[in-house]
Amino acid sequence: MLAQFLQFLFSGITVGATYALAALGFTLIYNASNVINFAQGEFIMLGGMLAVFFTQAGLPLPVALVLAILIPAIVGVIIEKLAIEPVKGAETVTLIIITIGASLVIRGLTAVIFGKNTHSLPAFSGETPIDILGATLMPQSLWVLGITALVVVVLWYYFNRTLQGKAMLATSYNRLAAELVGINTGWVLFMSFAMSAALGALGGILITPITLTSYDVGIMLGLKGFVAAVLGGLGNGLGAVVGGLLVGILEAMGAGYISSAYKDAIPFVLILFILFFMPRGLFGGKSTDRV
Amino acid sequence: MKKSVYNGLYVVIAILLVLPFVMPNSFYLDLAVRMAINAVIVLGLNLLIGFAGQISLGHAGFLGIGAYASAVLPTHFGWHPLLAMGAGAVATGILAAVVARPIFKLKGNYLAMATLGLGIIISIALRNEAQWTGGPDGMPVPAMGLFGFELSNDKQWYWVVALLLSVSVWASLNLIDSPFGRALRALHGSEVASQVVGVDVVRYKVAIFVLSAVFASLMGSVTAHYVGFVSPNFADFFHSIELVTMVVIGGMASVYGSLVGAVLLTALPQALATFEGWETVVFGAILMLSMIFLPKGLVPTLAAKFGKGE
Amino acid sequence: MSMLEVKDLSIHFGGVKAVQNVSFNIDSGIVYSVIGPNGAGKTTLFNLITGVYKPTTGEIRLDGEAIHGKSPNELATRGVARTFQNLQICMNMSAVENVMVGAHLRLDRNLVKAALRFPGLKKRDRELRAEAAELMAFVGLEQYVETRADAMSYGALKRLEIARALAMKPRLIFLDEPAAGLNPKETIEVDHLIRKIADAGVTVVLVEHDMKMVMNLSDRILVLDYGKKLAEGTGEEIRKNPDVIAAYLGAHA
Repeated sequence: MLAQFLQFLFSGITVGATYALAALGFTLIYNASNVINFAQGEFIMLGGMLAVFFTQAGLPLPVALVLAILIPAIVGVIIEKLAIEPVKGAETVTLIIITIGASLVIRGLTAVIFGKNTHSLPAFSGETPIDILGATLMPQSLWVLGITALVVVVLWYYFNRTLQGKAMLATSYNRLAAELVGINTGWVLFMSFAMSAALGALGGILITPITLTSYDVGIMLGLKGFVAAVLGGLGNGLGAVVGGLLVGILEAMGAGYISSAYKDAIPFVLILFILFFMPRGLFGGKSTDRV
Repeated sequence: MKKSVYNGLYVVIAILLVLPFVMPNSFYLDLAVRMAINAVIVLGLNLLIGFAGQISLGHAGFLGIGAYASAVLPTHFGWHPLLAMGAGAVATGILAAVVARPIFKLKGNYLAMATLGLGIIISIALRNEAQWTGGPDGMPVPAMGLFGFELSNDKQWYWVVALLLSVSVWASLNLIDSPFGRALRALHGSEVASQVVGVDVVRYKVAIFVLSAVFASLMGSVTAHYVGFVSPNFADFFHSIELVTMVVIGGMASVYGSLVGAVLLTALPQALATFEGWETVVFGAILMLSMIFLPKGLVPTLAAKFGKGE
Repeated sequence: MSMLEVKDLSIHFGGVKAVQNVSFNIDSGIVYSVIGPNGAGKTTLFNLITGVYKPTTGEIRLDGEAIHGKSPNELATRGVARTFQNLQICMNMSAVENVMVGAHLRLDRNLVKAALRFPGLKKRDRELRAEAAELMAFVGLEQYVETRADAMSYGALKRLEIARALAMKPRLIFLDEPAAGLNPKETIEVDHLIRKIADAGVTVVLVEHDMKMVMNLSDRILVLDYGKKLAEGTGEEIRKNPDVIAAYLGAHA
């Protein structure tokens, strides 16, 4: 009983950590621009696919991983420069469609370049499972959780202790005021896309040894990250992390105890439930209601 | 100026009347039927997105409910196709209303999220309930009979959907220029202003959301009977995006834009067949480019250029 | 009995007490002005009475019936109209359509009838359009009837809001800074317009910074300062009130 529960919990928090990184990415961009970036999932996919490609090309793992984070970040910045900045102040619908267009382009190009096969990445430090009270934990899960925790700490430090990070926070509270005190909000937008894409890619790399990857995994991962962001309270960084872990755990528990066929539906049932009963999320999102 | 809006309707009817006689072969007739079906869905969706300013990212889910009602109920329960179609529409309407009421009390991006979630749940359910729906492979749909007369060939279907499309255009034009339609446009323009003149904003949003969902469901049924087959792809998230794109490319808040958007995007996959493997890239690029350079959509942009109203 | 009775009205936003224990009565048929320095809570008071905000505490009664906490569209059914300090015009519609929206509650709003173009509806719509055009003439906008709202000047839009409010056939109209941003000539025109509205029997509640206009039009004046009632009375009484003088001199010094 306990072993089974722990097993579901382990797989839940592992995949949940990826959702958390994706949710943080959503949050960063949403705070900087009020754009909901539907291409977020493609960065996750891109991270995993590029890591596979570069390691297969014979690059040492650390180099491959850095490149697999750097390239999606550059893609994110290109999207921001070419597609988001020119339409500043457009209607929500317009922005949503632009980011969906971007996600299709990324996904399509990946399919053209790398093909439509499913790929795997070797685990970072072996595949010998660790036994905990009868449940098994893969070493890769520890990598996922450890690095996610590290990223959260670094981000917290960045936003609370550095001038750049504080400037980004200030912009999310009030763009005009931030501009008036001399913050370059264009730069903030630039940074938020770069960081958001890098976070997504990192999540994608970490999870690929466990879940495999292919050109079309981005959309579901991205949408679940999005559910996580809403669950935590859209725009709230801590909420995004907690939301991600919760979505992962609930999904794993639901798949284990209720129905594995409906595993993918669980996050979306959750989002409807959240919107009906606690629309500001667990930690209270940014209010968009201003008369 | 106001009366001229209906002139476009006569043009549409004229084109629909002439079209079957100039089509070189049945491939084009089939394409025309698909275009017309999409056009009716997009008209309804444009009332929601373009006129009332609310987005749905799950309309394919409603379309899927209609399509599967027409497949499952006659096949497994022996229902008459028309009755099944009606049942699908009613179920869709109830579901849309139940979901929309709490959501429309919120502001901002929440409707996008809720409709997205709903659409994906519907699509997953259709994939999983294989004993009823045939699962990922889909299932055949019995033929549509109307008063003892069976709709079998594409020509008959063409006239049916052409009639549906003409009526839908006419009804949309009527609706937009009515107190109901003005209230919709007003709540898009300024929600607080429409409230203080007495518009029950939540009620109007729910009404137009339900209406457009029911349209999608009915046309889902029509598609199912026309194609003779349904698959979970009908309810796919990607299909929802395609429908929204038709609205946006043709032109938000433009009746004739809906038609142009539906025609272009239905034809696009055929045109892109030559770009083997690159379809998704080109499709995505078109979405981005048209939003960046033609944010108002084709028809309103061109209309403004030639200095006319719609 | 007064038409509108406001008793101990307060609203707090977080720790900010935007309106505090304000009480006053407005009799039917008068022009009643609310003045005070920027941030005194005048627009908040309007938002409270017209249902845009819900009061934290206090009562608002219209003809003796409690209306606090009711939504703006419910208040519209009771003949309460308003304009906005920051324009709330539907830029996606023509000028005359903006005014026609004002008549929303007086029309058959049935969706199905409209879609199927039931007989009589179009005729009623044409009558309404003519009526709206007349209202536009009443506020001096006859040349803009078919203009798109986004092509009109600020001053014209201010008056368009008044026309839209009048299309409701209100008994009580709240005008939030109708002369703000207007040139002296336009200000005088709006002054005359408000007089005409009051003469037609509509009770007018006015927020305005133009003191000449306020003194000229108002039967009674309420002075707010930091969300509190500072004074209330006729123009003459307010002019002589030492608290008001101090507040205004303080504000302008």
